[in-house]
Amino acid sequence: MAELFHRKLERTAIGFVIAIIAAASVGGIVEIAPLFTINQTVEDAPDLRVYTPLELAGRNIYVREGCYACHSQMIRTLRDEVERYGPYSLAVESKYDRPMLWGSKRTGPDLARIGGKYSDFWHVAHLTNPRDVVPESNMPAYRWLARTALDTDDLTRHLQAQRALGVPYTDAMIANAAADTFGQAAPDSPFAAGVTERYGEKTQVSAFDGVATQLTEMDALVAYLQVLGQLTDAAYSNTAAPEQAPDPTN
Amino acid sequence: MVQQLTSGERQNALVILLCVFVAGLAMAAAGGSDPLGIHGVIVMLFGAGLGALVMRSYYDRQPDPDRLSHYYDDPIKAGVALTLAWAIFGMFMGVWTAAQLAWPDLAFDAGWSTFGRLRPTHTTGVIFGFGGNALIATSFHVVQRTSRARLAGQVSPWFVLLGFNLFCILAVTGYFMGVTQSKEYAEAEWYADLWLVVVWVTYFVLFLRTLARRKEPHIYVANWYYMAFIVVVAILHIVNNLAIPVSFGQAKSYTIWAGVQDSMVQWWYGHNAVAFFLTAGFLAMLYYYLPVRAQRPIFSYRLSILSFWGITFFYMWAGSHHLHYTALPHWVQNLGMTFSVMLLVPSWASAGNALLTLNGAWHRVRDDATLRFIFVAVVFYGLSTFEGSFLAIRPVNSLSHYTDWTVGHVHAGALGWVAFITFGSIYTLVPSLWKRERMYSPALVEVHFWLAVAGTLIYVFSMWNSGILQGLMWRTYTQEGTLAYSFLDSLVAMYPYYIARTFGGLLFLLGAIVAAYNIWMTVRAVPATADRRADVPDTGLAPGAAVTPAE
Repeated sequence: MAELFHRKLERTAIGFVIAIIAAASVGGIVEIAPLFTINQTVEDAPDLRVYTPLELAGRNIYVREGCYACHSQMIRTLRDEVERYGPYSLAVESKYDRPMLWGSKRTGPDLARIGGKYSDFWHVAHLTNPRDVVPESNMPAYRWLARTALDTDDLTRHLQAQRALGVPYTDAMIANAAADTFGQAAPDSPFAAGVTERYGEKTQVSAFDGVATQLTEMDALVAYLQVLGQLTDAAYSNTAAPEQAPDPTN
Repeated sequence: MVQQLTSGERQNALVILLCVFVAGLAMAAAGGSDPLGIHGVIVMLFGAGLGALVMRSYYDRQPDPDRLSHYYDDPIKAGVALTLAWAIFGMFMGVWTAAQLAWPDLAFDAGWSTFGRLRPTHTTGVIFGFGGNALIATSFHVVQRTSRARLAGQVSPWFVLLGFNLFCILAVTGYFMGVTQSKEYAEAEWYADLWLVVVWVTYFVLFLRTLARRKEPHIYVANWYYMAFIVVVAILHIVNNLAIPVSFGQAKSYTIWAGVQDSMVQWWYGHNAVAFFLTAGFLAMLYYYLPVRAQRPIFSYRLSILSFWGITFFYMWAGSHHLHYTALPHWVQNLGMTFSVMLLVPSWASAGNALLTLNGAWHRVRDDATLRFIFVAVVFYGLSTFEGSFLAIRPVNSLSHYTDWTVGHVHAGALGWVAFITFGSIYTLVPSLWKRERMYSPALVEVHFWLAVAGTLIYVFSMWNSGILQGLMWRTYTQEGTLAYSFLDSLVAMYPYYIARTFGGLLFLLGAIVAAYNIWMTVRAVPATADRRADVPDTGLAPGAAVTPAE
């Protein structure tokens, strides 16, 4: 009987297409749709801040250079990972991440909590030639980042696009995007104060690549690396819903 | 290619190419010095170059009105050539990136040639360039033969094939410039994605209209898979790539999905790109070229039905197994694991069905390297689907995830299954498509076969070793309860395997070059077949003349 029905289905191309769509849609709908409605999906973290324009520019360089192909940003709930990299990653930490950069491969180590672990100087030396600091490394050298001026003309538009998608950038943040970008990498300039005023006292203001007079892609990338894991304290303060006792069979 | 078109169709082609050219001009004007502007120039050159080709033959003789009573094979021939070109490009990029992991200075201190930018040129080059062209070319061949009808369009098959290649060119050139969404296997930016939607809808309509012309009451199994491939890839592509561009003059866009939702959407896409691009489409090849080459009907029709619907339904649940132990809610991870394990049933049903089809033809497997390509493809399909279900189990995944084991698994599928079935299909297709007696050199097919087998085994074994070693080193504790190895220790341990995998990949690339040479010489130097069996569509005049595989 079942086969008889299938013999009929095989005679109509449109019917077959509809059957394919029906069969293929269920899994995605059941798994994806609830993620937007269940409020436990993303924890609440009132202290979560948005990326500064400089950090966002750095994040876009991270994406552009394909860093995610070798570095994850997702510490799993496993003992050795927590001991190696720090508290396991929470969903809220990538709440504003478009796209997410959890990654799928660790040719290099996880970077979810790399921020603050090394000095700016170390990062610049490492990005300039990884083998100068880590002789066994197989990471490419990114010398030209320090030579390439950061394109700041359109960062306002980037912030606007992010806001259109729901990231809470304020009008003041958008209006001062260019000034904040410069100010965050020039601690002695008059623009530096505005950055901490708008993005919080904890925001790192520093001459990331060591040269405060010129804004380079190196500044942006280091600023981004230094903020990884620093946008919220949620992972350290255990705001997550209480865990069930671990199931030894799972 | 133009000779087969009437003057009206030549005009249509020119109008379409003019639109492409104008779109390129608009992109160039809006983009300026942004990579979008450079892509505009590439689109203009693409439109102008093909336009010149049409113009050159514009006043050529009109095609024989009799052409409609023949199969439309010109786009398939071009598709085979493009498949081989992309195979060599994509595999070369693979060997280069693999070599960079062992010798990082092979990036030569330039931006465009670093690992991060080259990696997507490899994945896009082989998955979409090599695999995609092979799927389009064989689907045009199979749907005509099994429906005993000519393709339902003269210009649209060219539009689909060349439009798809324009997408691939935009994607790959973009990665060199750093244009990427970072979504794995969907890195191309918004304008290329929009263009692919246009191409894909045309492909879907063309395929459906051709099926509507069929002279067979039933739609053959291979076409079910091609249809699932076309339809579901469209859904996946559109949902995963929803994004808003920073401006219409910039290549950069931001995806509408964020954080944990984006992770689920990306791997729902990513895993089903494996399912419906790299599995369903190539199973379609299997269901046609295996029975043709083995000269045996498919073993079981019922098993075909079971595995088709099993794959179509189960695969869509499996994506979350890429996110075990992450911040994705636990219940989604468990669903993904459960369905991944269940997926073994339809997968092995397909593999078993194919192997049982070979019963009675094992002597051909021994003697015929082409059939051996298909046989090895089936074996690797069975192995890598088993491995896939195994790796989806949470505790196993805790060891394997983030390591080279995943890379080894993907290549067991991509080399052992996808590339083997493609080469087996192409070796079956080429002599019949160009009406040649045989391949130029059966010995070179044999050489290709052993190069490919050796390359695959070396690659996969070295990645299994490195992956498991890596996973174990990361979680090994000393007696004092501290981690035994630094991350760097695990990296140092990888180098011998990275060199071995580069060598394996190189062997596979050499095999593909041998194949391209052999096919080129088949077209150039092998005499046309004397056996002119009627390979024509059923126009009602010569019923039952065409050769189709039994169901």
